[in-house]
Order: sequence, then structure tokens, then C-alpha cells
Amino acid sequence: MALKMVKGSIDRMFDKNLQDLVRGIRNHKEDEAKYISQCIDEIKQELKQDNIAVKANAVCKLTYLQMLGYDISWAAFNIIEVMSASKFTFKRIGYLAASQCFHEGTDVIMLTTNQIRKDLSSPNQYDTGVALTGLSCFVTPDLARDLANDIMTLMSHTKPYIRKKAVLIMYKVFLKYPESLRPAFPRLKEKLEDPDPGVQSAAVNVICELARRNPKNYLSLAPLFFKLMTSSTNNWVLIKIIKLFGALTPLEPRLGKKLIEPLTNLIHSTSAMSLLYECVNTVIPILKSPVLARNNTVFLYVEKLYFVFFPPTVKYLGLLAMSKILKTHPKSVQSHKDLILQCLDDKDESIRLRALDLLYGMVSKKNLMEIVKKLMIHVDKAEGTTYRDELLTKIIDICSQSNYQYITNFEWYISILVELTRLEGTRHGHLIAAQMLDVAIRVKAIRKFAVSQMAMLLDNAHLIASNTQRNGICEVLYAAAWICGEFSDHLEESNQTLEAMLRPKVTTLPGHIQAVYVQNMVKLYASILQQKEQAGEKEAAQEITQLMIDRLPQFVQSADLEVQERASCILQLIKYIQKLQIKEVPVAEEVIALFAGELNPVAPKAQKKVPVPEGLDLDAWINEPPSDSESEDEKPRTIFHDEEQRHSRHRQPEIDEEELARRREVRKQEQANNPFYIKSSPSPQKQYQDTPGVEHIPVVQIDLSVPLKVPGMPMSDQYVKLEEERRHKQKLEKDKKKKKQKKEKKGKHRRHNSLHTESDEDIAPAQHVDIITEEMPENALPSDEDDKDPNDPYKALDIDLDKPLADSEKLPVQRHRNAENLKSPDTEAPLVGKKSKKPKKKEKKHKEKEREKEKKKEREKKVTEEGKKVVCVLSATYDIQGNLQNDSQVTVSVIFENKSTSFLKSMELNVLDSLNAKMLRPEGSSVHDGIPVPFQLPPGISNEAQFVFTLQSIVMAQKLKGTLSFIVKNDNGSTHEKLDFKLHFSCASYLITTPCYSDAFAKLLESGDLHMSSIKVDGISISFQHLLAKICFYHHFSVVERVDSCASMYSRSIQGHHVCLLVKKGENSVSVDGKCNDSTLLSNLLDEMKETLSKC
Amino acid sequence: MQFMLLFSRQGKLRLQKWYVPLSDKEKKKITRELVQTVLARKPKMCSFLEWRDLKIVYKRYASLYFCCAIEDQDNELITLEIIHRYVELLDKYFGSVCELDIIFNFEKAYFILDEFLLGGEVQETSKKNVLKAIEQADLLQE
Repeated sequence: MALKMVKGSIDRMFDKNLQDLVRGIRNHKEDEAKYISQCIDEIKQELKQDNIAVKANAVCKLTYLQMLGYDISWAAFNIIEVMSASKFTFKRIGYLAASQCFHEGTDVIMLTTNQIRKDLSSPNQYDTGVALTGLSCFVTPDLARDLANDIMTLMSHTKPYIRKKAVLIMYKVFLKYPESLRPAFPRLKEKLEDPDPGVQSAAVNVICELARRNPKNYLSLAPLFFKLMTSSTNNWVLIKIIKLFGALTPLEPRLGKKLIEPLTNLIHSTSAMSLLYECVNTVIPILKSPVLARNNTVFLYVEKLYFVFFPPTVKYLGLLAMSKILKTHPKSVQSHKDLILQCLDDKDESIRLRALDLLYGMVSKKNLMEIVKKLMIHVDKAEGTTYRDELLTKIIDICSQSNYQYITNFEWYISILVELTRLEGTRHGHLIAAQMLDVAIRVKAIRKFAVSQMAMLLDNAHLIASNTQRNGICEVLYAAAWICGEFSDHLEESNQTLEAMLRPKVTTLPGHIQAVYVQNMVKLYASILQQKEQAGEKEAAQEITQLMIDRLPQFVQSADLEVQERASCILQLIKYIQKLQIKEVPVAEEVIALFAGELNPVAPKAQKKVPVPEGLDLDAWINEPPSDSESEDEKPRTIFHDEEQRHSRHRQPEIDEEELARRREVRKQEQANNPFYIKSSPSPQKQYQDTPGVEHIPVVQIDLSVPLKVPGMPMSDQYVKLEEERRHKQKLEKDKKKKKQKKEKKGKHRRHNSLHTESDEDIAPAQHVDIITEEMPENALPSDEDDKDPNDPYKALDIDLDKPLADSEKLPVQRHRNAENLKSPDTEAPLVGKKSKKPKKKEKKHKEKEREKEKKKEREKKVTEEGKKVVCVLSATYDIQGNLQNDSQVTVSVIFENKSTSFLKSMELNVLDSLNAKMLRPEGSSVHDGIPVPFQLPPGISNEAQFVFTLQSIVMAQKLKGTLSFIVKNDNGSTHEKLDFKLHFSCASYLITTPCYSDAFAKLLESGDLHMSSIKVDGISISFQHLLAKICFYHHFSVVERVDSCASMYSRSIQGHHVCLLVKKGENSVSVDGKCNDSTLLSNLLDEMKETLSKC
Repeated sequence: MQFMLLFSRQGKLRLQKWYVPLSDKEKKKITRELVQTVLARKPKMCSFLEWRDLKIVYKRYASLYFCCAIEDQDNELITLEIIHRYVELLDKYFGSVCELDIIFNFEKAYFILDEFLLGGEVQETSKKNVLKAIEQADLLQE
């Protein structure tokens, strides 16, 4: 017994396993930290041993400790050691530890590259699996770049277990190394049709995630996904596909129409809530398109469904979905207003906030007052400042949305704002202040009322500013003071207000508010002065001056510099005025002239939209950066001198971005150091005060049924009642009119009239409010580029996947293990299929290598390398694509690559036109003129140029001869070189891959105006799948339907010929039956196809 | 999915899986904040909450909270199903799983999760296949 105990403790001392550690921690609840630090010391000892089993055990324990929050980054190297253990048991632990604690900042991570590569190619699938799993957690851009090719190889592994992991991890790789997306995409797409459902769903997952971020690049996959959707029964996969369609439908309305039926079926049939939810979410936006607006049955059904989502645990989803419906069908949500208002009482903040969002979208002219009233009640009840602040901002948002569209009575709004100032401890005083200012400035008719309210606020300033904790709200005094000052002519009790502003208490306010006070009391003073002078009350005028002189010194003593400066300035001014007054000189006119002119609101983007005058280059130097010795007074001359030169000079587009950025930086620094530089120009508002239009807007008198002055603090509630009465009256009047009309036009419009309900448009606003639109500079630029977040990680994946792969885009391959895997034919599986690629080489020495279309990329690469030895100067590859806009044009894109060490310039491409095909040349040039390539090529650089060709007839293939002339410039001088080449326009290049649905396809075949022809090719060994892929890729077809070893395919020519194919595979042969509007085109196409197939 | 956390009613973390690379400090901060928020919620409350710019989906099984963070556009209900599926898998593997199983065999819990999810995406939708993969890997370990 005793021996056993001793043995146990020895064991534990030397080899404490995870269970022991966990047990130990649980037994040392009081001194956990101490116990753990002891354990960590033990672990450090264990890590020093050579035995890998001991090390693995130690790492395992560390992983547990890491979860408890202990730092284990010091053991990163040991983790790598355990990762590289040969035994799976240890390797597994090593990778787990790595996946838990490695991140991009871990510096040893780059040591793992080779180990991971080794594990990825391990014969044991679980080794590979564990490496992939680990990698998914800590992949860095470097790892992604180095391992992308290995992982891509694994995507075609024989074991589905590996394939699916490899496919999934590719998403992480794409995110870290966006360049890998294009080369890997064809294979990824292939995996959508993998026989293993797990791999298939992994591929769906990855493509959906990719497509959600950049849907437009994946539109061409829609037919494929549609097929998957109708055939799949796996809910997990279905949800992903439907989500993908949700992203695609906004881009392709026809897709939405197609989707409605299957989605509705799913909604009706599925029992899985998650799938239902996804379907509904996708259906709702589709329903908004006008074509489908009539399809209200679906919609009603959808709406009912939402009650499924209103039990408390999923209420959140209900609200979320409501907000989606709201965007398209606002009316139906409005009927649930009460339900949503109830949610404002929910304990759950997420729910309350969602409900607020919904309310924001639900308001209309009719219900705004009611909703805001309810919200105001909540504001009073709300606990916790965060939620209350949220409510406050929402109220303001709701009211001010789309340019105060829903506000019919601005007096009501001002009283709401004033009521909000009574909120305790809000941080949003400045928001309320901004609204007050905005409304007062932009709604002319309301100024009188606003001023009276603001005067009251100023009078009660002690209430607002009394509590130091509430200083957030004293921002409103800023607005109040400004409004009273600026619109002082509307003020009735100016004297009283002025006195309120001169109270000693004011000096306790924050500096910037005092400054506004000081400035605006002068405006006020000026207007009082004018009143008194006009009334001939000289003594009263002098009294008011005396009051100012008495009270202003308290501001002169202010610690705030701004206040001090303004106050002393103004004090002197008023003292001067006093002197004049004593001499009985009328001064009011002159004083008032100080503040003449009216402020107009300026749009926030106005400054940005001022167009740059022609000939002005904002980025060019006005004068060259001064050299150190240059003295300051020399500068002006240089400016003029330089400017004269600039007039004749044009903008230089050649300056590249980097250079510009550098210059900008330099300039900014210079400006910052220059005390004479005026930073951020003042808004150009004064400039526009004479703009015609604003002055002429008729300002209609305020409806007198509303009392102008509300005694005491205003109550917004009374407006609600008044408003109701007013609307009622209006309605009655309108009804009367209607009845009259009815009598006049008896019968004619009966239906229309009887259907009349009070709609939004019927409510006329109480005041005729002219919301002055914000000023914009004349001829402002219309462009409204939204500022996208440049840091969005998904933006990098916005890559056009339809373009053919260029040589430079290959994934980096480890030299020594290179190639063999890549040579499998799948590598060059079809890209998305729109364009084909027919590489062709032109080499110096007029040795032209006409290359066949089917060349594998690998081979092409080899040739390129050979070419280098033969002093290849220039290589060019081209591809031809039909022009969708013009039925007789094709575009030939040529990628030129300079393979020499010399500089290539003055490249010019010329083609000998045939009767049928002509190169499109700029107007005025003859058929013998070449077209210059619009760039030069420094060594090692490639670039793409496009040339447009017009074709008369497209039923036959064409060959055009041409030459490319260019100048090679190197140290030894320059030589003129010429290259001859041939452009081969195959019939397939006139075809445009067009997806076709099977029903349309069947109709086409039935129509009977198609010619028929067929071919048969023997000795085909490749798989049918692969064969179809080839036809899609090289001949621009798309698969309509596939049943076993038989498939129908479709394509369309640029001139609108339909081409239908039926491809059947026998034992060793393939037969292709074709139907087409044009028999010549068809037979040529089939010939080309025969050639392709016979090479298989 | 951005990450998954398992924690007990006492607020002790039992399992964490991060599918986005974050520094330890950031992870700790998030964990602390979330554990607090979720534990403060009452049993009848909604299983979803908005947190920073993510959505948190959580569910309580016995004394353990399973908590996932997803992005704005992700499906909340499927996330609940993922949590449930994971619990089922644990249950099948350990045979009516309890918190102690996960504490003492935390690495196994991770291995199961890794077979089920990869990089935050569902990797295998079939329960059978997941368990088979785990069993075979375990066999290899012996």
C-alpha cells in the first residue's frame, strides 16, 4: 500500500498527464495560480527532455493551460517539435496546440512551412487531415503563398476525406493570398460536381462565401447552382446555395423570377426552420421587382410565416425579417406597429434596438407624431444611459430622415427637441443642438417660433447648466444662443434675452459656448439698438449700451482665450459706440451692418464637388520646393514665373500614383510647418448669399390656429392633438370637394372615389415649409463615389474569374517537387467558359510557331524557357472573343511580354484585311496603316492590348496575316524589328457561352427551322465529364442537361445563330449531333470540334 | 463563423476555437466580455444577440453554454443547428456527455470539432462520417 503510494507520487512527479493536471487544478481551488506556476515549471523541465512522448504530454498540458488564460507563446518552438513527430498521436497534439496559440504574429510560424508540406503529402490521410485542420487556423499570407499549390493538388486527392478539407481550406488561402484564386478556381468549380457529397458541399460552401462578397464575378455559375439546388436534399447545402442566390439576384432580375417557384415550394414543404428562414430572406428582396409585384400570394404567405418567428427565443429573427420586408413592402409591416412598439419594452437590448430600427423605417407623415410620442414615453422610462441615448439618437434620426420628409409640423419638432433637453446625463447634447440649428436655418417659416423657444431655453439656462454632470446637454445653449442672435429680429423680448445672456452664471459654461454667447449678444444688441433708435428712445438705447459695458468685463476676464479675445474686442467696440451715442450720432445702421447678410446651408460635400477648372493641376508644384539656401523674399517672383509657363503646359498624366502620393505628403508637411498657410478653407457660404432662387421662395404665413407662444416649457403633446384636429378639418374639406366632384362627374370615376382613403400624400403640412435645399457649387460634379473601406479583406478577392489565365498567374511551385501532379489534364480544366485561349508565339528570327489550341500550360511554359535560349525578344498570346454589343465585331486581346533585357517601344500591329474580316482602324487612316500599341515594354514586363475586328460573315473560319513592328532599344543602340504572324479566327470564337434552360432548349428544337448535321469520332479515352468540359472550354458551349453519358449543349453566335448539340458517348467513340440556323456554320463548327476531339 | 466558445455556468472557459487570427490579448478580452454578457441573460431570452458588429448565437446545454459568433449575413438558425449537431456528436462519442468529459478529454472535444467544422465552415454534414473519421484516427493513435 505504502509502496503503491510512493510509486504513484513518483510517477506523478515525473510524468503528470493531462488528467492529473486537471484534477490538480480542481483540488487547488484556493491557490490555483501558485499550483499552475508550479506546473508550468514542471512542464519546462519536461520540454527539455529528448523523449518526444514526454514533450507531447507537456504540450498537451500547455494547451489546456492556454485555455485557462496562461501565456504559452514561449513554447512555440516546442510545439513545432511535437508537430514534426512521426507518430500520429503526437503530431495531432502538436497541431492542436499550434492551432490554438499560433497567430500571424508568431515568428516561428515560417519554420513550419516545410513540415506542413511534408505532412500534406503524407501517405497517411489522417496526417494530411490534421495538417490541413491546423493550417486552417493559423494560415498566414506567407504560408498561403508557399502552400497554395500543394493544397490545390490535394483538391484532387483520391480520398474524399482529404478533398473536402483541401477545398474548404482554399477559402482561407484565397483570403490570405488573393492571387491564388484565379488559378485554383477551375478546379474548385469542378468540385461542385464531385461524386462525394461531402466534397460537393465543401465546394458549395467556399464558392458561396466567395460569391457573397463579390457576387458579380460568379453570375455565370448561376445555372449550375440552380441545378444543384433542385437536385440537392441536404439542408446544409441548400441553405448555402440559397444564400448565394440571395447575393446574385440583385444583379440578375431574371434569376429571381426563375427562383420564385422552387423557393416557394421549399417554403411550403420544408420542416427545417433554418432553411425556411433562409428561403424567406431570399424571396423577400426578389418580390420587390416590379415584374413580380403581383405575386402577392407568396408575400402574404411569407408574412404569416413570421409569426413562427415570434416566440421569445427567436423573436429577434422575426424583427430582423420584418426589417427586410419593410424595405419592399412597408405597408404590411406598418400594420404590426403595436407589436413592434411592445418590443421596446423587452428586456433584451438587441431586440429593443432592432425594434427601434424597424420604427425608423416605418414612419410616415401620418404616424410620425404618434410613434415619436411613444418613444418619448420610453425615453422617460428607460433605465441606463446607453439605451436612453440610443433612443434619443433614434428619435432624431427618425424625424430628420430624408431631409425631414415626414415632418408636417416643425413647431412640434422644435418642442420635441426642447423636451429632449430635459434628459439627464445624455451625451448627445451636440446632436440636439445641431438639429436645432439645422431646422432654424433651413426652415424659414419656423424661425420665429424657434427663436421664442430658444429665448426660453436661454432664460432657463440655469436648469440645464446647473448640474455639472449634465454638461453634455449644455451644448444646446450653444444652439440657443446662436439662433437668438442670428435671428434676433424675430425676438419679442430682446431685452430680457440679452439680460439672460449676460448673467454671471454664464461664465461657468464651457469656453466654446461662452464664445458663442459673446458673439451673439452683440448681434442681439445691434438689433435692440436699431429698434430703440427707430422708436426714438435714445435713453433706452444708451441704457442698453451701459448694460453691455457693465457686464462684458466678466467675459474679458475669462480664462478661455477665445472668449477673452472676443469680449475685449467687443467691449472696445461698444465703448466707442457709447462715445458716439453721447454725441447723439445715430449708430444703429452701422452696427447692424456688421452682421448683414444671411447664412445659407451648404451641403456637406459641396467643397469636394467644386469642379477643378480646366488647366488647373492641383497636384503640380506651384513653385519648386525651395532649396535650403534660397531666401524667403525671392519666392514671389518664382511663382509668377512658373505660372506663366504652366498656362501652355498640359496636365501630365504620366505622373504615377506613387510619385503623387509622395508629393502630397511633402506638401502637407510643408503646409503644416508654414504659419501663413490657411488650413482648411472656410465654407464658401457667404459667396452664395445672392444666389437667385432662395430669396424668391414664397414663405407662406404660419397657420394661426397654432398658438405661437406656448407659456412655460413647451409640450409637444398638444401638437399631436392640434394636428389631429387640423387633419380632420382638412379631410372634411377635401371630402366635401370630392362629393362636389362626384356630383359633377357622376358615375365616371365612381370607383376611384369610393376607394379613397387617407394616404400620406393627402396630409398637407401645417406650415408651408420651404426646406431650403443645401447649397452646392455651380456645375458641381455629379459623381457620387461612395467611399469604400479600403481595408475590407474581401475586396482583394474581387477578381474577374472569366478572364483566361495568364502565365504570370501560376501558383508558385516548389522547384524540386514541381510538375508531375500538375501535368494531369484537369489542370487546364475549363475556366468559366466564356473565352477561349489560343496561345501562339512569335519569336524573333521570323520563326513562327503556330501553336495549337489544346496546348497545356505546362508545355507552353517549357517552350517559353526554350525560347529564352534562342534570344527570344517578345512573346505574345492572344485570345478572341465575340462582342456582345455588336453582332459583327470580335475583340482580339493580345498579351505582349518582353522577354529580353532591352526596352521595346513603338510597337505597331498591322493586319492584311480580307474581304470578310477587317481590323477596325481609327477614322481617317488607310487600310495599310497599322495600329500603334498604346504602351512601351520595359524588360520583363507584359501588358495587354485590344484590337477590334469587324466581320461580314461568321459562318466560316478565317485566317489573317499580319506583322508587328517594333524598336528594340538597348545599350548598343536601337534596331528595328519585325514579326510576321497569323491570326486564326475559328468559328468557335464567334460563339458566346450562353446558358440555356432545358425548357427553352426543347422549344428551340421543336421549332424546326434548324439545319442538322452530325459527326462521329473514335478512339476517345477521356472521361465524358472531361470531354464535355473541353467542348465547353474550347468551343464556348454550355451544358443544358446531362443524363448518364449523353448531354445536350447550347451556344449562341454573336449574330444570334442558335447552336444546339447532342453529345453521346459510346464505348470508345463520341457522336455529336448538331442543329443550327445556318448549315455552313454548323458544319464548320463540327469540323473544328472533330479536330479537338480527335486529339483526346 | 468567427469563433466558438464553451463555458460553464460559473464562467469557466471549457473550450475555445478561433477561426480568425487574433492576438491572445484580444481573445481574452472578447471571452471575458462575452461570458459576462451571456451569463447575465435570463433563460427565456432570445438566443441571439448583437455584439460589436457580430451576432452571437448561444445555447445552454445542462451546465454548459455553447456560444458562436457569426457575421451579419449568416443564418442564425443554422448556427443553432451546428451547435446542436456538435453536442450530438460529443454525446455519441462520449456516451451521454457531461461537462467533466469535456474537461478531462478536452483534446478529444477539439478533435471532434475539427472533424465537424473547418475554418469556420461545416465540413461534414453526416454525423456518421464524423464519428467514423474520429474512430479511425483514434485507432491510429493506439
